[in-house]
Amino acid sequence: MTPLYQFLAAQAEVPEVIDRIPSGYSHFVIPFTIGITFFLCWIGVGCVRLLAAIPRNDRIRFWKSLFIPKTIVKNLKDLFGDCLFHLKIWQRKPLLGYMHSAIAFGWFMIIVLGHIEVALFVPARLNVSRGGLFYPIFYRYFVWMNPGHTTLKGSFFFFLMDFFLLYILTGIGLAVFKRFRSIVLGMRHTTKPSLADRIALYSLWLIFPLRLLAESFTADLSGGSFLTVGVNHFWHFLFGDKLMFLPFWWAYSISLGLFFVAMPFSRYMHILTEVLWILLRNAGIKPHHPRKGVAEAEIYACSSCGLCLDACPMNVQKKNLKYSSVYFIRFLRRHNEKKINAIADKCLMCDKCHALCPVGVDAPALRRAQRITVNNSLPYDYSYLPSAVSAGQLSGPGRVHPRFAAAEYGLSPAADPAGAQKPEVLYFAGCMTHLTPRIIKAVEKVFKAAGVEYAFADREGGICCGRPLMLAGKTEAAAKVIEANKKMIEESGCTTLVLSCPICYKIFREEYHLEGIKVVHYTQFINDLIASGRLPVSKSDEKIVYHDPCELGRGCNVYFEPRAALDQVGTLVKAAKEYDESICCGGSLGSLTLDTRDRAKISESSLDNLLANSPETIVTACPLCLKTFSEAVSNSKHKYIRVTVKDFAEVICR
Amino acid sequence: MVDFGFGLVPSSRMNLDLFDKEKYEELAEIEPDVRICMACGSCTAVCTAGKYTRTSLREAIEDIKNAKPEKALEMLRACQLCGKCSMVCPRGINTRHLILSITKVYSAK
Repeated sequence: MTPLYQFLAAQAEVPEVIDRIPSGYSHFVIPFTIGITFFLCWIGVGCVRLLAAIPRNDRIRFWKSLFIPKTIVKNLKDLFGDCLFHLKIWQRKPLLGYMHSAIAFGWFMIIVLGHIEVALFVPARLNVSRGGLFYPIFYRYFVWMNPGHTTLKGSFFFFLMDFFLLYILTGIGLAVFKRFRSIVLGMRHTTKPSLADRIALYSLWLIFPLRLLAESFTADLSGGSFLTVGVNHFWHFLFGDKLMFLPFWWAYSISLGLFFVAMPFSRYMHILTEVLWILLRNAGIKPHHPRKGVAEAEIYACSSCGLCLDACPMNVQKKNLKYSSVYFIRFLRRHNEKKINAIADKCLMCDKCHALCPVGVDAPALRRAQRITVNNSLPYDYSYLPSAVSAGQLSGPGRVHPRFAAAEYGLSPAADPAGAQKPEVLYFAGCMTHLTPRIIKAVEKVFKAAGVEYAFADREGGICCGRPLMLAGKTEAAAKVIEANKKMIEESGCTTLVLSCPICYKIFREEYHLEGIKVVHYTQFINDLIASGRLPVSKSDEKIVYHDPCELGRGCNVYFEPRAALDQVGTLVKAAKEYDESICCGGSLGSLTLDTRDRAKISESSLDNLLANSPETIVTACPLCLKTFSEAVSNSKHKYIRVTVKDFAEVICR
Repeated sequence: MVDFGFGLVPSSRMNLDLFDKEKYEELAEIEPDVRICMACGSCTAVCTAGKYTRTSLREAIEDIKNAKPEKALEMLRACQLCGKCSMVCPRGINTRHLILSITKVYSAK
């Protein structure tokens, strides 16, 4: 081995950093190396297995998507926005956003800067065979600053490393605080951590304070900046000249190793799986199975943060916390079939957990996939559908329809004169609207006032749109219903299909694939009528609050049109939570097992949310919400004095 | 009653000895609401599928209690799960889940 002074003399230029330990190895790196090796093997095998479980077509689509410029831009945007900066959390809960991005972004920067330092000062060490796996992580242990030769470049990195370490430590501080008082950071409920979660969590908490200790103990050798050098002086003040730093490097390495070993079994797997999930999601690949392929990426991308706990409308009652998406995903990970089914069936499918999820995990879609595995094979017989629905059933305004006669007496539906008429606008009310005929009445009144020529697709009752079957997991049966309805609508020759039920609207838009037919919800259609001046409206000073139906708002992203129209007829006031944070009315068809009492509690909390700014009228654009709210208001009249529940069209056509 | 081997109307004869208590309890465990039905028939009155073909949840529940599970399944096979029945049920029965559960329990061999 070359003595140090000779080595230095041999250098033409005096180096800033001296590789203190020529072998570039010390025993304390073993725990970390074992941990990271295990972790890398696990994630490598996992990735291959996951991609292999995706159907071939989807896999090809995934690889192709990585080269489509538009997707690349979206991928980069999402990777930086979601994985590093956590913009989605920042937007809703700033303190939580700070906490998370401090740990994630700070750690990322420390790893990157550590590697850059090694690349700049001891580039040979980046080679894996020369310790590249652990050297950049424990860089400060292995090097000596050459006293008197520290350049601005070196000081700059010292400062950055200390800065980001402090940044992380503030985040960790908040995280520890959150364990005791989560409400301060904006979370009412937090997830109950599992055993692996706890191990990973506590080792994660320890990593950075231990890093500070280790680096501060070596700071007089390896250099440092405001934080590490400052703390180093303190240690010298306490313990004198001789500092034993090796134990802290051991502890730091052990906590890192422990974290990486526990990571695949804990919620922290999301750190890396999230990347894969974002790529798969942006490639437009949907899960076909609740557990395999894309779904697996989704499950492991769940950070178990528990933001869905506060989001879930069921959680007005504490006993329902266990049905939240975060626990659904946990049980999917554990293959706990019984609990998976119980949770999958309970959900209202309001999609709020999906809308608020910082990782974009579509738990309702996974629940639907789970329901498919149970319910899709149940027997059914829809042989009556073709005769039930035919173009012959269309009726113009005011015309009574002979469909019954046609079906019962075997008359050909084509004999009906309405079939020959080609309406431009076709109005499909849907099953639910038929139970709340006030909506039909109001819609027809609006159509008449605006002079809209329309045909009524199901005046005497049609068949279901298929969405409820879809929600129950009977996709095959839903396809039959869709086929029958689709045929009827295509034969009608209409160019615009107006729907007054958001449940119908969602499935017509997504599953029917009606070529050349514009599918609109009546809020959109009526808003267009008002905007184009065809429908005269007058403004009143009635205080109106608008409730976003789940299927319309989060389901189809229609938030603006109903509000724009309502703004023309009254004074809109805000609800406590609106738009994608609106609370389900409790009447949703999505849930299979939620009972009436629990639903009533949800309705109550949803009403309280709407009445935050004491409006006179609650307006909704969904027959189910209308019925649920009307019932809830009339059930507790003493509580909701002078509040009326109205449908969107009713308010417009006044 | 004497069975003459022919009749003007289909036999409405019941044999409660055939009532499968075990299956009924199994059903009641996954959907307890089956016990609270008062057979008012609101569900049948609003049924979307019932307009076109014989479909009745009320009758299905009666049929199960009368030991005619095949008839019950027949009554529900056309159901589109649209949920109108749950909107009108005066007892607040979770009709959609009840229909799914009856089909699940009684069509399992």
